[in-house]
Amino acid sequence: MKIFQTLGAGTLAATERLGRMSLFLLEVLSHAGMMVKRFFLVVQQLYSVGVFTLPIVLVSGLFVGMVLGLQLYNTLVKFGAAESLGLVLALSLLRELGPVVTALLFAGRAGSALTAEIGLMKATEQLAGMEMMAVNPVMRVIAPRFLAGVIAMPLLAALFSAIGIYGGQMVGVGLLGVDSGAFWSQMQNGVDFHEDIMNGVIKSIVFGVVVTWIAVFEGYDAVPNSEGVSRATNHTVVYSSLAVLGLDFVMTSLMLGEI
Amino acid sequence: MTNRKTVEVWVGVFVTIGLAALVWLAFRVGNLTTTDVANGYRVEARFEDIGSLKVRGAVTLAGVRIGRVVQIQTDPDNFQAVVTLNIDGRYKNLPTDTSASILTAGLLGEQYVGLDPGGSEEYLKEGSRIKLTQPAMVLEKLVGRLLTAFIDKPADNNKKK
Repeated sequence: MKIFQTLGAGTLAATERLGRMSLFLLEVLSHAGMMVKRFFLVVQQLYSVGVFTLPIVLVSGLFVGMVLGLQLYNTLVKFGAAESLGLVLALSLLRELGPVVTALLFAGRAGSALTAEIGLMKATEQLAGMEMMAVNPVMRVIAPRFLAGVIAMPLLAALFSAIGIYGGQMVGVGLLGVDSGAFWSQMQNGVDFHEDIMNGVIKSIVFGVVVTWIAVFEGYDAVPNSEGVSRATNHTVVYSSLAVLGLDFVMTSLMLGEI
Repeated sequence: MTNRKTVEVWVGVFVTIGLAALVWLAFRVGNLTTTDVANGYRVEARFEDIGSLKVRGAVTLAGVRIGRVVQIQTDPDNFQAVVTLNIDGRYKNLPTDTSASILTAGLLGEQYVGLDPGGSEEYLKEGSRIKLTQPAMVLEKLVGRLLTAFIDKPADNNKKK
């Protein structure tokens, strides 16, 4: 009996939380239109969400590209297809690694910061203070952060892919001696703008929405004390990473049309 | 709080390089630039077998890409594959007796249509058909033919004995 009760309570709590999360998203979106008038709020958040995430994304993109160059070359050379390095590199970065790794880094760097910031605002009763002054905290605090995250993610993912391809080119062409012409021409022949690049961009926008949504909700919903904020930050990173990886599979299977 | 101008400048830089990366991916990595065949004209070629030729495959003349495959259908009456080629408008004077063959880039690479110009005085134009075609070389069929040739020979020898 006890087991059923625990299970039932857990399910109800999870469902209720999911429902609150959806309502919260609707509320944020309903205020998103207002942000056109006060765009500087979004710009300010873009600064802390986008610009500060830039170094980590660029450095990891470069190294991921370089490692991919090395690994793929060693496999491809066994089949005498070392010239396809550019194509394989570009496809794996554009379709998968660019959006996914950027989203994971984004969750770790920007998502956790968002949750901690909003959670602390709640714990120090700044959000309650705003309400006292008839300022809607969802509009003033949450909506600009959410929009900034959604705008920043695709840009970061594109930068990650671009610098990854550059890193792979450095290793493949510069170090391992793949022909530069074949590297680029195979890439250009094989990569399709709509099928590969745009699908990657769509993925990164979806990941941006999901990660930022989880981050701002966890912060807004945090138990307002230091332990609650730390747990909320932890949840943000774990849940958004899991959500990104799970959604990636779903979206990939939809895009490839295999299921 | 950081100065408003600094924030705006940095965000501007961030958005600019982000968009630049996207444009770079589209033009340098993707084939957005190469998809459009400038004011091309369409010709039709019928093949017995197109192998694994795909829509958007290349059409080449002397190894240089001059167009793309835009449509592949089958003719329900004579069971041939009808391939529509879109050829760049700059290559107007292709003779009508140009032959088209399906070739493979490398050993296992992608298949493309290679054009071999003939000597006619009349030129291909919108809607005309390339009559001389050579089907794709399918590896399995080739191996099959080779095997039958091998098997047949010893059989002949046995008969003689």
